[in-house]
Amino acid sequence: MIKLFFVLAYLILSPLIGGLLDGADRILSARMQRRKGPGILQPFYDLRKLFSKEMIAVNNVQLLLNLSYLVILVIAGSMLFAGEDLLMVLFILSTADMFLIMSASSDSSPYANMGASREMLQMMAYEPMTLLIAVGFYLTTGSFHVSDIIAADHSAIIWMPGLLVGFLFTSAIKFRKSPFDLSTSHHAHQEMVKGITTEMSGITLAIMNIAEYYEMVLLYGIFFLFFVNSTWWSWIIALIACAVIFFLEVLWDNVSARVKWKTLLYSCWSVTLVAGGVNILILMLDK
Amino acid sequence: MSMIPFLIGFPVLLAAILFLIRKEDLRGYMVYAGAGVIMLITVIFIMQWIFDGSETWMLYPSTELPDHLIAAGDIFLMGLILYMSLKYKRPLPAILSIVQTVLMLYVESTAKIAEGPHIMVDWFTILMCIIIAFIGGFICIYTVGYMKGYHNNHTDVRDRQPFFFAMLFLFLGAMFGLVFSQSLIWMYFFWEVTSVISFLMIGYTKTEEAINNSFNALWMNLLGGLGFAVAIAWMCLVNGTAQLQDVLTAGSEIPLICLALAGLTKSAQLPFSTWLLGAMVAPTPSSALLHSATMVKAGVYLLLRISPALEGNTTGMIVSSIGGFTFIAASMMAIAQNDGKKVLAFSTISNLGLIVGCAGIGVEETVWAAIFLVIFHSVSKSMLFQSVGAAENTLHSRDIEDMHGLIIRVPKLAYIMGIGIAGMYLAPFGMLISKWVALKAFVDSGNFILVLFIAYGSATTMFYWTKWLAKLLCYHIPRDTVKDVTLKDEYVSMFFHAAVMLLLCLFLPLVASWLVNPIVQELFGNATSVLSMSVLTTMAIMLVSIFIVPVVMFFISRSSHRDLVPIYMNGINKGDNRYFVNSFGEDEHLYLSNWYLRFEFGRRHLRIPSIILAAAVLIVGFCIVIGGAI
Repeated sequence: MIKLFFVLAYLILSPLIGGLLDGADRILSARMQRRKGPGILQPFYDLRKLFSKEMIAVNNVQLLLNLSYLVILVIAGSMLFAGEDLLMVLFILSTADMFLIMSASSDSSPYANMGASREMLQMMAYEPMTLLIAVGFYLTTGSFHVSDIIAADHSAIIWMPGLLVGFLFTSAIKFRKSPFDLSTSHHAHQEMVKGITTEMSGITLAIMNIAEYYEMVLLYGIFFLFFVNSTWWSWIIALIACAVIFFLEVLWDNVSARVKWKTLLYSCWSVTLVAGGVNILILMLDK
Repeated sequence: MSMIPFLIGFPVLLAAILFLIRKEDLRGYMVYAGAGVIMLITVIFIMQWIFDGSETWMLYPSTELPDHLIAAGDIFLMGLILYMSLKYKRPLPAILSIVQTVLMLYVESTAKIAEGPHIMVDWFTILMCIIIAFIGGFICIYTVGYMKGYHNNHTDVRDRQPFFFAMLFLFLGAMFGLVFSQSLIWMYFFWEVTSVISFLMIGYTKTEEAINNSFNALWMNLLGGLGFAVAIAWMCLVNGTAQLQDVLTAGSEIPLICLALAGLTKSAQLPFSTWLLGAMVAPTPSSALLHSATMVKAGVYLLLRISPALEGNTTGMIVSSIGGFTFIAASMMAIAQNDGKKVLAFSTISNLGLIVGCAGIGVEETVWAAIFLVIFHSVSKSMLFQSVGAAENTLHSRDIEDMHGLIIRVPKLAYIMGIGIAGMYLAPFGMLISKWVALKAFVDSGNFILVLFIAYGSATTMFYWTKWLAKLLCYHIPRDTVKDVTLKDEYVSMFFHAAVMLLLCLFLPLVASWLVNPIVQELFGNATSVLSMSVLTTMAIMLVSIFIVPVVMFFISRSSHRDLVPIYMNGINKGDNRYFVNSFGEDEHLYLSNWYLRFEFGRRHLRIPSIILAAAVLIVGFCIVIGGAI
C-alpha cells in the first residue's frame, strides 16, 4: 500500500517538483549572475506555451520515440519509488536514454545528430559510475532492493563517501549542467544550437522537458538513498542533503565552462575509478 | 539411441553428397531437406529423451571399432594439415599437428585407460543440440540464397559452392559429435575437425589475405588442440581415465588449465582473438556459423563443462581475468570499427569474454548467467550476421556509414538488424538479466577487477551498439533507391531468428526454469535455483512492458495530426534535407557520420598492448600451475 502511495506520488508530483526545481535553478543562476531572473513558475508557463503550439515536426517518428522515452523513464522511476531493484532501475534508465538518442538521430539533422553522438558519449562516461553505485549499495546493505536499502540501520553514506563524490561529479551529465552539458544545454551559448533537441518543437519538446523532470526526481531519489536509514529523522537529513546537492549542481553549472568530450570522458572515468573503484575495493575487502 | 550416431553421421553423409552435386537447384533442395531432417530428428530425439525421464544418459561403454576409426581420423587430419602446410610453406601448423597427434597415438596405445561411457546426454547437451540444429540449420538454409548473391557480387572469386556446403554440414556433424562426447579422446577428434573445417572455410576465396588468415586460425586452434592433447595425456597417464567428468575430480590443475587453454583459443579470447577477426574474409554464412552455433560455442561449452572445478583456484582466476579483460578490451576496439562485420566480430569476442569470465568464477550464479548469454548470443549474432550479409549483397557495402537510413531503404533488413542489436544489450531482452546476475555474482565472489571490467565494459558496449542502431533509424530521403536482392530463403531464416529472439524474451522465466536451471543443477549437482521464479517473473513482466511501450506509443502518436517541415541546417535548406546553401552561395551536400574515436580506441593502439597483457597473464598462470604441480 505504501509502495503504491510512493509510486503515485512520484507519478503525480514529479513534474511539479521538477518544474519548481527548474524554476528555483533559474532564479539561483540569475542571482549568481546578478540578474533578477524569471519567477519560480516560469517553467510551467513555458510548458503551457509549448503545448499550445502548432503541431509541426520533421518526421513521423520523433513524437513516438519521445513518448517512449518519457514512459520508459517513468517506469524506471516508478520502480525506484516502489522499492524495486536498483540495478534494474539503472538498466532501464539507460534504455530510456536510448530512445532519446534514437529520437534525436531519426531526423538526419546535423545539429541533432551531433547532439545524439555526444549524448552517447556522455552515457558511456557516466554508466560505469551508476553501476558501481548499485554495487556499492549491494555491498553495504546486502541487497539491490531499494526497500531494503532504506530499511538499513545506518545510512549508506558512512560506507560509500567515495561513491557519493563520484556520483556528484558524474550526475552533472544527467542534470545537463556545465561543464558536462555537451549534448544539449540550458544556456544559450551552446556551439551547436540546442543539440539533441534542435529539431524538437511544440508537444514533442514539452514531452522531452517533462521527461527531464521525471529523471531529475529519479536522480535525487538515488542521492536520497545515500542518506536515508530506518530512522525517521534520516529522511529529513536526506532531504536537506538533496537540497545542498541541488545548490552545488547549480553552482557548478555557473562557475565552470563547458569542456571538450575527451576531458569529459577521461575525467568521468578517472573519477569513477579513483573515487568509486577505491570505495568499492575497500567495501569488498571489508565485507 | 541410434539417433545419436544418425545426428553425427547424417550431416557428414549429406556433406559428401553435396560435395558431388554440381547443379545449383538440386543442391538448394538438398540443403533445405537436409537441414529440415536434422531439425526434425533433433526434436524427436529430445522428445524421446524427455519422455524417458530426462535423466542423464551414459552410453557406449565399450567401443572397439569407433575408437580405431577415430584414431584413423586423427591421422587423416594430421595428413591433411601436413599437406596444406607443405603446399603453402607454413611450418608451424605442421609441427603443432604432428606433436599432438603423435602424443595422442602414443597415449592411446600405451596407457591403461579405464573403460567408461563415450557418449553422454544431459540438459547441457540438449541445449547445444537445439542451438546446433536450429540456428545452424537455418544458417544452412540462408546460405543457399546468400551464395547466389555473393557470387553475383564477387565475380572474381571462383565458385566453390559444393565445397562450401559440404563444409557447413560437416561442421554441424562435428559439433554434434563434440557435444555428445563424454570421452575426451572422442571430443578431441571432433575438436580438431572443427579447427580444420574452419580453416578450410576461411580460405574459401583463396586470396592471399584469406590464406594468411586461415593459417592464422589454424595454428591458434592447433595450439589449443595441443593443450587438449596434453590434458588427455595427463589424465590417461596419471589418473588412468579419459573421461571429461573425471577431469573435474582429478585434483590436479594441469589438465584443467590445458583444457582451459583449448577453450580460450577456440572461443577467440585474448591473446588469441585475431583468428576470429581474420575469419570474416570468408562469405558471411561461415562467419554466422562460426560466431553463433558452432566453433566459438564449442570453446565456451568446454569451459562451462569444467567450470565447477574452476571455482577459487589459479586456473579459474586466469580464465576469469582473461575473460573479463577480453570483454572490455574487445568492446573498446569495437567502437573504432565502421565495418559492420568487424563490429560483430569484436562484439562476439567481447560477449564471449563475459561468458568465459563467468565460467572462470565457476559458481552457480555465474554459470546460470553464462548459459543465458550463450543462448541469447547465438540467436542474435546469427541474425545479425545474416542481416549484414544480406545488406552487403543489397547495398554492395557492409560499412555502417552506408546503412544510414536503412529503415527507409530496406525496411525489413533494418528491422531484423534492429531486433538483433537490441537483443544484444537493450532492456527488454534477456541479455540484461544475465548481466544483472553476472554482476551480482562477481560481487559475491569478491572479484573486484571483474566488477570494474563489467562496469566499464557495459558502457563501451552500449556506445558501439547505440550508434549503429541510431544509424539504421535515421529518416531521410535516400539518394538512390536500392533493390532488395535478398532471397526468400534468406528472409525465412532471418524471420525465424527474429521470432525466436522475441519469444525468448517473452518466455524468459520458462526458459530459465525448464532449460537453464536443470543445466546448472546438473553441472553443480544440487537443486537450488539461482533466481526465484517470482523474481524472474516480475523482471520479465517489467521488461516486456518496456517492449510494449513503443508499440503503444506508435498508435497514440499516429493519430495526432502534424505538418512536416524541413530540418534546420544553419545554411538554407534546399528543401529535401540533403543540400544546403553554404556561405559561398553554393549547394553543399550534407554528410553525417558516426563517431569512431579512432585515435583513442583504435585497434592500432589497443591491440598489441592487450595481446601482450593477456599473453602475460596466461603464461604466468601456466607457470604457477605447473610450478605448483611439481
